[in-house]
Amino acid sequence: MIEGISIYEILTLTTILFFIGIYGFLTRRNLISILISVEMILNASVVNFVIINKYLYPDVLQGVLFSIFIIAIAAAETALAVAIIINLYRQISSVEVKDTEVMKF
Amino acid sequence: MNISYIILVPLIPLVVFLLLGIFNQKIKPAVSGYVGVFGLLASASLSLYAAYHYFFISGKVDGTYQTFTEKSIWMNFTDALHIDMGILIDPISMMMLVVVSIVSLMVHIYSRGYMKGDNGYTKFFAFLSLFTFSMYGLVLATNLFQIYIFWELVGVSSYLLIGYYYTKTSAIAAAKKAFIVTRFADFGFLIGILIIGFYTGTFDFETLNNPEGSAILNWAATSFMGLSVITWALILIFIGGAGKSAMFPFHIWLPDAMEGPTPVSALIHAATMVVAGIFLVARLFPMFYFVEDGFALNIVAYVGAFSALFAAIIAITQTDIKRVLAFSTMSQLGYMMLALGVSGYDGQEGVGYMASMFHLFTHAMFKALLFLGAGSVIHAVHSNYLKDMGGLRKYMPITNFTFLIAAIAIAGIPPFAGFWSKDEILVAAYEHNKLIYYVGVFVAGLTAFYIFRIYFGIFWGKEKTYNHTPKESPLSMTFPLMVLAFLSITAGFIPFSEFVTADKNGFDAHLNYSLAAIATAVGLIGIIMAWVFYKKENSLSDKYAKAFGPFYKWASDKFYFDEIYMFVTKKILFKRVSGPIAKFDNKYVDGTMVGIGNKTVWASEKIKGIQSGKVQDYAFAFIAGVVVIALVSIYLLTS
Repeated sequence: MIEGISIYEILTLTTILFFIGIYGFLTRRNLISILISVEMILNASVVNFVIINKYLYPDVLQGVLFSIFIIAIAAAETALAVAIIINLYRQISSVEVKDTEVMKF
Repeated sequence: MNISYIILVPLIPLVVFLLLGIFNQKIKPAVSGYVGVFGLLASASLSLYAAYHYFFISGKVDGTYQTFTEKSIWMNFTDALHIDMGILIDPISMMMLVVVSIVSLMVHIYSRGYMKGDNGYTKFFAFLSLFTFSMYGLVLATNLFQIYIFWELVGVSSYLLIGYYYTKTSAIAAAKKAFIVTRFADFGFLIGILIIGFYTGTFDFETLNNPEGSAILNWAATSFMGLSVITWALILIFIGGAGKSAMFPFHIWLPDAMEGPTPVSALIHAATMVVAGIFLVARLFPMFYFVEDGFALNIVAYVGAFSALFAAIIAITQTDIKRVLAFSTMSQLGYMMLALGVSGYDGQEGVGYMASMFHLFTHAMFKALLFLGAGSVIHAVHSNYLKDMGGLRKYMPITNFTFLIAAIAIAGIPPFAGFWSKDEILVAAYEHNKLIYYVGVFVAGLTAFYIFRIYFGIFWGKEKTYNHTPKESPLSMTFPLMVLAFLSITAGFIPFSEFVTADKNGFDAHLNYSLAAIATAVGLIGIIMAWVFYKKENSLSDKYAKAFGPFYKWASDKFYFDEIYMFVTKKILFKRVSGPIAKFDNKYVDGTMVGIGNKTVWASEKIKGIQSGKVQDYAFAFIAGVVVIALVSIYLLTS
């Protein structure tokens, strides 16, 4: 609970963060940038978990614990994604998303 | 009377068929011949024992032969209408058991010699057993549907055996022809069965044939186009019978069926399967007789008389001895049909029915003998044609002698078997319908003439020099000839009227001496004419053939019935009916389906760009979908 800041302001912040992530995911051309955008989406939801736990159910800790889970899994996922991107780079010498569209009709 | 053991009679050949069929490649030919013969010997002894027991010991109660059945429900439609499987024992089924088992046993023994060295020896015996099983099933059937099932089974066995020499194009064509023509006629049979099932509510022979039963008493309940529906059903059933029994106009398959091995012709196309049509009419005889005062029965009589005459005329002109015998079979079957057609029901009135069954019995013996004798001759000279034969009496004394006995029997000379049965038929026809009687007498003369024409042509006639000196056939072939010859002499003395009658009460049949004398005289005239024409080689026969001019040519071309059928099927049915239908099917029915397919392909070509391979496009579509669903659910939930 932070003095002077209501839950609405923080939820507005996370919504903005979420849609910035979506926008980045849809428009970036670079796989690394896309990965960063995905991280932003994840972080927006992590903040939501913590905030809702803190403001609405201050007596319990599930939201906080879940955010720690999400951070851990996001780290693993990022490692996997980076590994894929490195392998892709070895194959086609590029991390541009336009070079990876071979899986089509 | 305990009849449950009779079920073994058809089951033994079935087991033999399965045994020989499954282990076709593993069994040595010598063994398979013995398996076939001994299997049939067992079932023949059983059926002879059963016949003895039925006719002489336990079948008769107060002078009337009883009907015994044993059956179980096989298919249940309603409580009243169900199809049973079982066995029915009455005088005609017992008599048919005897005929089938004797002839089949003789043919099995004969085939061991005739088919020796053939590649498909085991297969041949397997098919013979299948046929015998089906035929037993047919004669023992308890209801119309069961008889129909076995009816088709004998059709299949006949098809398999006609096409036995499957490398010969003509044999394949003949097999197909036989199957298609009889199958076409069986379609009438099936519709007849369904009509009877619908209007009487039962398929069971005992219920249908009861003269006091509802099926016969209520025949006038429903009518269609001026006739009772039951009469229509009986006519349709008779069409099925006419197809199997090669009655005009379904006779075209029988001469071609001679492409099969000769023992097959003797068994199936002379003695047993072709009499199935006669048996069917006899089996439903009370219905034929009582419904609409025997309207359907009159049709039977006229079709039979016409077929008898028609076939006898053609038989005179044929040069292939097996074809002569085939037309002779058709003619004699016509005799049996006309005898049924002119028969009454009670006591002495039912002489036609008795005569028909009697003739069926004697004919099976002497016609099987004629065919087996012809087979023995063909075996010796390797040809079917009269022009390749002549003077064979010196080389084949047993065949000559037995063939002569059979020829005399079929010509109706006393005291041989054919005389007695033919005489009864003529008596029945004389009392009922003079026209049919005259046809019958005339056919008797023709019969004597054509059968002695081939007899003299084969065994007398011109002396020929053969490349290989013909030999008498081995004992396995001559033994059945001798047995059947014995039966051809003696079968006529069986007092048939005491055993097999329409109302199942025996009566005393008297020989009508004046009619018998006329028939015998006509037969003798036929024999003498054949003697004059063919005993020694001379040009008399050619001269008379010329005198008849185009009529002779028509008869020798079988009155162009094959050509008419070909014209009707090819030029009219195929070209005018089936052709346009096929075109319609191709163009519109298929066209619609192909069009739907083509349009689908076209549409997918147009929209396949959506599958772009770009992850971000997919993600956009996904998110857009989520947003839309979210908006919709917010709208729905809040309003």
